[in-house]
Amino acid sequence: MIDTEYDVVVVGAGPGGSITAKNCAERGMKTLMVEKRQMIGDPVRCAEGIAKHTVKKHIEPNPKWICAEAKGFRIFSPSGIKVEMVGEFGSGEVGYVLDRKLFDRALAHEAARSGATILVKTRATGLLIEDGKVCGVELEHLGKKFCVRAKVVVGADGVESKVGRWAGMNTSLKPRDIETCAQALVYDPSADQEFCEFYLGREIAPGGYAWIFPKGEGCANVGLGILGSFSDAGAPFNYLNNFLKKYLPNAKILEIIVGGVPVSKPTDGIVGDGIVLVGDAARQSDPLTGGGIGNAMEAGAIAGEVVSEAISEGDTSAERLREYEERWFKERGKKLMRNWLVKEHIMSLSDEELDKLAKSIADVKFKGLQLYELLKHLLRRNPKLLWKLKGYI
Amino acid sequence: MVLNVNRYVCGYCGACVAVCPHCALELVETWLEIGSGCTECGICVKICPVGALSLDEVKA
Ligand SMILES: Cc1cc2nc3c(=O)[nH]c(=O)nc-3n(C[C@H](O)[C@H](O)[C@H](O)COP(=O)(O)OP(=O)(O)OC[C@H]3O[C@@H](n4cnc5c(N)ncnc54)[C@H](O)[C@@H]3O)c2cc1C
Ligand code: SF4
Ligand code: SF4
Repeated sequence: MIDTEYDVVVVGAGPGGSITAKNCAERGMKTLMVEKRQMIGDPVRCAEGIAKHTVKKHIEPNPKWICAEAKGFRIFSPSGIKVEMVGEFGSGEVGYVLDRKLFDRALAHEAARSGATILVKTRATGLLIEDGKVCGVELEHLGKKFCVRAKVVVGADGVESKVGRWAGMNTSLKPRDIETCAQALVYDPSADQEFCEFYLGREIAPGGYAWIFPKGEGCANVGLGILGSFSDAGAPFNYLNNFLKKYLPNAKILEIIVGGVPVSKPTDGIVGDGIVLVGDAARQSDPLTGGGIGNAMEAGAIAGEVVSEAISEGDTSAERLREYEERWFKERGKKLMRNWLVKEHIMSLSDEELDKLAKSIADVKFKGLQLYELLKHLLRRNPKLLWKLKGYI
Repeated sequence: MVLNVNRYVCGYCGACVAVCPHCALELVETWLEIGSGCTECGICVKICPVGALSLDEVKA
């Protein structure tokens, strides 16, 4: 049964929400997680790539939701120059390729097992705010509206987040701060099953990139994202069709996926009195790679800890909850800031300049590198082209 | 002008909701609602990955 009062209400049962709920429930918080969809994890809005060590930090890997393991990645410059790296990639989204439908459900299962109450097909439609402090949510479940009070509300409601906006935080994204994406899960035995591949170029994906991720059994996630400011109605889907025609003309499409990824400058202001935002809702996805599963889980773990402590101390003010924001920034946000700067700069380069960069490191045998070191190699070999980034790498 | 959504085309991804400066859109599972706050600015139309949104003379 649903009560009318909880310590914590988490809105959204994606990776961010489930890890937050789990971490709160584990600390004895009376926790409710609501999800507007009738099926957690479905439909997927993701290419499903993630570093192995990030997964392992939060949940025991399970072959049920691991579709493939990539042994490295390849980047193709606009004219097709290949840069290849073998080994687990520190801050990248390469390692496992997941089945998000099952993965998201497994995370929600963990939250439930830790004691959280979960309510699906339940949409948050507003916040209860008293004296400027968030103290609950308005919900709608199977056509019925009701309110639930909470000491802290966690907005983990993804790219389309409203929770922050209801509390007066401006989290709406400008077109230049979102990648608009289209993806197909395809069956095509010719698709590489060992590497995650990335394709750059204005003709392929203006202001973004295309990807081919192995999904096992002859399948692959083939998709692309283009920067919102370069987009036009339906553009991502059209670019995807062109990409498929060129690179995997025999692909049979098993599933179509569309979605948006925030690639904005990391911001503060993700906490308020009685409220915190987590994951895509807090715009915590990596602006360079577009990866957001790992960051949502990391943020969820920190938020769960801080929120629980704050509630135990009886102080859920913005000042107290700011510890979450500060720790987030220290642990991940700084790197995101660097990646945002790199993204902004790469975006300003022409296809010819990107080719030049790729050529400069095409002979390097990378093994188990961090993104940081790849960037350092690039900078060392292209000081003029990348001078703007000198201070950051 | 009026904003229309073609629900036979929409992939219910929420990208349009994220960019609407006026909080006028709401994604209810597979059903995109257009609220009263829409100023017909057209931002969401350009963002939609499948082209399900359009600004038209009349309400569809
Ligand atoms: C095409 C594409 C490819 C991507 N590829 C990758 C990748 O390869 N690797 C990677 O790491 N990341 C990738 N991402 C990003 C990744 O999918 C997100 O960053 C990640 O899902 C964020 O997790 P989250 O928990 O913050 O939000 P979500 O997973 O979006 O979960 C939010 C949940 O909140 C629910 N919700 C929203 N509003 C309400 C409401 N009012 N009431 C109740 N529930 C609500 C939603 O239904 C949803 O289930 C990709 C994204 C896209 C679009
Ligand atoms: S962006 Fe397009 S596909 Fe996505 S929810 Fe909005 S109208 Fe539907
Ligand atoms: S046209 Fe502008 S105001 Fe109207 S829903 Fe789209 S983004 Fe919002």
